[in-house]
Amino acid sequence: MSAPPLLTATGLARAWGGVRAVDDVSFSVAAGEIVALIGPNGAGKSTCFNLINGQLQPDAGRVLLSGRDITGAGPARAFRAGVGRTFQIAATFASMTVRENVQTALAAGRGQIMRPWGAGRNVARDDAMRLLALSGMAAQAERPAAELAYGDVKRLELAIALAGAPRLLLMDEPTAGMAPADRADLMRTAVAVARKQNIGVLFTEHDMDAVFAHADRILVLDRGRLIASGAPADVRDNAAVRAAYLGDGVLFAATSGPHPGDPKSS
Amino acid sequence: MSFWIAQFLTGLASAASLFLVASGLSIIFGVTRVVNFAHGAFYMIGAYVAWSLTERLAGAFGWWGGVLLAAAAVAALGALAEILVLRRIYQAPELFQLLATFGLTLIAADLVVMLWGPDELVGRRAPGLTGSIALFDQMIPAWDLFLIVLGPVALGLLWLLFNRTRFGVLVRAATQDREMAAALGVNEKWLFTGVFALGVFLAALAGALQLPRESVNHHMDLRIIVDAFVVVVIGGLGSITGAFIAALLVAQLNAFGILLFPKISLVIIFLVMAAVLAVRPWGLLGRPDVAQRPPAATSARPWRPLGAAGRLAMAALALAAMALPFISGEYLVIAATETLIFAILAVSLHMLLSVAGVASFGHAAFFGLGAYGVALAVKGLGLGMGAALALAPLAGLVGAGLFALAAARLSGVYLAMLTLAFAQILWSIAFQWVEVTGGDNGVLGLWPTGFAAQPAGFYWLTLGVAVLVIGASRVIMFSPFGYGLRGVRDEARRAASIGVRPGLMRWCAFAIAGTGAAVAGALFAFLKGSVFPDTLAIPVSVDSLAMVLLGGVQTTLGPLVGAVAYKALSIWLLSQTQWSKLALGLVILAVVLAFPRGLVGVVNQWRDRWAKRPPGSGEHP
Repeated sequence: MSAPPLLTATGLARAWGGVRAVDDVSFSVAAGEIVALIGPNGAGKSTCFNLINGQLQPDAGRVLLSGRDITGAGPARAFRAGVGRTFQIAATFASMTVRENVQTALAAGRGQIMRPWGAGRNVARDDAMRLLALSGMAAQAERPAAELAYGDVKRLELAIALAGAPRLLLMDEPTAGMAPADRADLMRTAVAVARKQNIGVLFTEHDMDAVFAHADRILVLDRGRLIASGAPADVRDNAAVRAAYLGDGVLFAATSGPHPGDPKSS
Repeated sequence: MSFWIAQFLTGLASAASLFLVASGLSIIFGVTRVVNFAHGAFYMIGAYVAWSLTERLAGAFGWWGGVLLAAAAVAALGALAEILVLRRIYQAPELFQLLATFGLTLIAADLVVMLWGPDELVGRRAPGLTGSIALFDQMIPAWDLFLIVLGPVALGLLWLLFNRTRFGVLVRAATQDREMAAALGVNEKWLFTGVFALGVFLAALAGALQLPRESVNHHMDLRIIVDAFVVVVIGGLGSITGAFIAALLVAQLNAFGILLFPKISLVIIFLVMAAVLAVRPWGLLGRPDVAQRPPAATSARPWRPLGAAGRLAMAALALAAMALPFISGEYLVIAATETLIFAILAVSLHMLLSVAGVASFGHAAFFGLGAYGVALAVKGLGLGMGAALALAPLAGLVGAGLFALAAARLSGVYLAMLTLAFAQILWSIAFQWVEVTGGDNGVLGLWPTGFAAQPAGFYWLTLGVAVLVIGASRVIMFSPFGYGLRGVRDEARRAASIGVRPGLMRWCAFAIAGTGAAVAGALFAFLKGSVFPDTLAIPVSVDSLAMVLLGGVQTTLGPLVGAVAYKALSIWLLSQTQWSKLALGLVILAVVLAFPRGLVGVVNQWRDRWAKRPPGSGEHP
């Protein structure tokens, strides 16, 4: 029998009050595979992310990383198991320089974060610079993180997420709030690193150009349920996906009958 | 039975004024996010002004007119304070406004003595409500019955104000989301001033309404402020109804505690507060989303360890400090020793407040644990000075470790208030467990021995410990662990996602800070040769907070500079003038207004400005 896939989610469910934000969702991500998780607003993408990240305890279902159960383990333990992540609203350490941000992550990844002696700013300096070079931030290494432009904050986040040498990288809307040119650039960088280091990537994104340009596989969520999954070309042509995104025309159809542009009619 | 009913009614009457004070405090915090330490002072001033108006000018406005006019006048004073002081520092780090209101409290404390004298003043009773009414075989003062009715009426009026007027809607909007309210065109400036004036009006009215019940004195401010804080926290910050329920609870606990549990009467309300927070971390009717602001210490200026020149300067400073006993008299040496001890205390609080971003209003707890640790080691175990000094800090470590475990679910102002409760609980134990602690008489005869028996020797010992503690704190600050602490402070979510556990880091910060504070407390016990419950009392907590804030909460050298400046100044002022509180308060206000980033913060600002100047425009700052 072959090794289990990098990430396996089975039967994930989580309700907020009466709303089933995530309802019986199962999928997997292989090492080195770039998978996009898309869906309209409120489809359950963020909840799904927080379930995999260990931040939330699912009502049902399990999350396995290389066969190891990390369900609801909490972000710190998920990190040690090999999960790195970036946030939708970028979060970096404002009181540190760009390089120190990465060094803090490196220190944590190498089990040195509880060491109360020795200079933190000398920890893994070279590795930090290497990661910053990867994400295109080497020139800004000594700048205060609080001064960065938003696009650069996102790049720094990527460097921080990579510092733990993750096997799975979760990116929650990595390009949200960025200028179009920066977007493409950041996605290219992230994907290149992931391919080179055989990191599995699961990302949510509203920018369909980024999704179709980079994803090997696309998962589509709608109202908490996984309605489609497959190669970009398949998903693009999937009727259910079109319905979810463009509306299924039921309201319209009820008053004026079938419509040439209606996905159902094709 | 009838006696119990009378006691219950007394409690109800007390609840009314407690509710007025606490609701004012709660409204002010809800909208402006200012922890108004001066609220007790406004309450006290309200009582004094009402006394003057009803006593001296009774003919002009009548008794009731005098009371209302007093509250209005003090509200105007509050509005003035808001416009002149607070309005300028809303952008400063969180808690910095607390320092300003602490300055106002100090000024008020001396001013009332200056204007009305140190003696208690007995006020007139309200016309028509002077007598007593027989109820259940007990004579109940008519005034108490009036207050019992007033409480719910005040709650109803406030409810109407907040739910049926435009002002009230704006206040509620700003309480829930200040930025959103501002974005919708609400004039924040005047809303804040209005809210502050309203809060102060309620406090002053409560003070004035106490006239028929108790004499007016200059200790009223501190006595009410602690109870009011407890009420606000139990009720939930920003909730008026919560404050009402909590005021009833606290007033009844005060009324019956002394009868039912005389041994622990002082500690009951804090135990109840701790219990409430353990079950509901945001108070009875509070909401978790209130008071979300980045921790005070979050700064945009990366921290740097000292360079070679800086280290040399620090070493030179330590060497120069060693020479002090050769060139000055004993008095100055003892004053310098005390200053050093408080520098250790401030540095330990800085580790918690600035490095880990955890606010504490009760740092005296760990200071006092160190001091009583010495008393126990010397008197109980018969140990010498060296062993006592080595062991006593463990009391702080254990105390802080246990406290941090119990408080793990709390954060922000609620955690800060729980630290205050913890300190008050320990204070009550020291005060009431006479068999062990000697109670108010303290533990005496803890004199240093050997070379430290002389003031100069003890000074050198203290200096050595201070250098060690300060050095250790800087090593920790810049170690990987220090980066981890700051990571949790800056962005806890991000820290967790890179494998740093926020809860564990905060626990460690408490343990370290508690140990450091206990070191200071242990030295303090030997400096004074005795230990009193005062070492656990609120002024120690407030002083240490003031030192860190004064020096600059966002800086690394702030606590050292702040402690030396604050302690040296207060010792000096004490020897120079009988109005030392007034002078210290004015100095604090001046510093707050001139340097809203603290003493070291302003130096950093100047340095940054110089660094950004184009080359050639000047090299020496």
